[in-house]
Amino acid sequence: MSARWYYVVFGALLALTIVTTEVARVDLGYFNVVAAIGIAVLKALLVALFFMHLVRTPHRTMIVAGAGVFWLAILIVLTLGDVLTRGWLAVPGGW
Amino acid sequence: MRTRTAKGGQSVLDATAGLAHQFDDVEQQHDAATLGMWIFLVTEVMFFGGLLAGYAVYRAIYPLAFANGSRLCEVTLGATNTAVLIGSSLTMALAVSAAERGRRRLVLALLVCTMALGAVFLGIKFLEYSHKFAEHFVPGYDFVYAGADGREVQLFLCFYFGLTALHALHMMIGIVVLGVLATLVWRRRSAPHSNRIEVAGLYWHFVDIVWIFLFPLLYLVDLHR
Repeated sequence: MSARWYYVVFGALLALTIVTTEVARVDLGYFNVVAAIGIAVLKALLVALFFMHLVRTPHRTMIVAGAGVFWLAILIVLTLGDVLTRGWLAVPGGW
Repeated sequence: MRTRTAKGGQSVLDATAGLAHQFDDVEQQHDAATLGMWIFLVTEVMFFGGLLAGYAVYRAIYPLAFANGSRLCEVTLGATNTAVLIGSSLTMALAVSAAERGRRRLVLALLVCTMALGAVFLGIKFLEYSHKFAEHFVPGYDFVYAGADGREVQLFLCFYFGLTALHALHMMIGIVVLGVLATLVWRRRSAPHSNRIEVAGLYWHFVDIVWIFLFPLLYLVDLHR
């Protein structure tokens, strides 16, 4: 990867930072959270793929990196699944 | 022409410090080092992930208080810090590229730039912390807040200080590691340790990625209100 591409990715990351800040100033209801996380994921992907050279890393290493994200997703999704669904069932005396 | 010794070191044919005996070739050694760093970064993902999961739970339970707490964080300083870290990732990536091309002095300059930008980040963070202490926004320590949800806002601030302090600690470690590498490159006459710099670069970019997530989660919660 030539040095010029690094500057392109850098510019994109700065632009996305401005976008995420400005989008946060607009009231989009629940979509604000989606947009913030989505843009952050996009920026993280840009750093991981290009600055961390994941595009030219052997696939077995990419799987390891993906596994980390996968485990974090299990932690957050299942925990939120518990917390956000409390009180949904009419169980006497509790959750 | 020097050939590889039995210990596999210091051949002029090797671009790095030498091939360790358990590897078939230099490329395999590089891949192994990269894989090792990625495995460590996965453990770091879980390290920060635990705190982030806690943040997710309490933000879901106290959305309003987290929004109020987020207003106590200075968006301009946070955004500036984000730009500073992204810039440091750029200089780090350029340093790795220069190391692969054997440009010793360029590597030194870029490593020093990366460390300097990291120090700028820590300086701005220190400024933010000093503002928090001055305005009595430190949870559990002379906390003063004009609002009904003081307890929950303190909870948000616990996450703010916990996450940013843990991140700042990682930054300091990263700066020290880069300092050690820069010293190694400075003293060495041959090609800079390109694999070590690449592996250190992975750590540095990861710390940048953590901040990329921390910035919207801590500074931009319900900014429109």
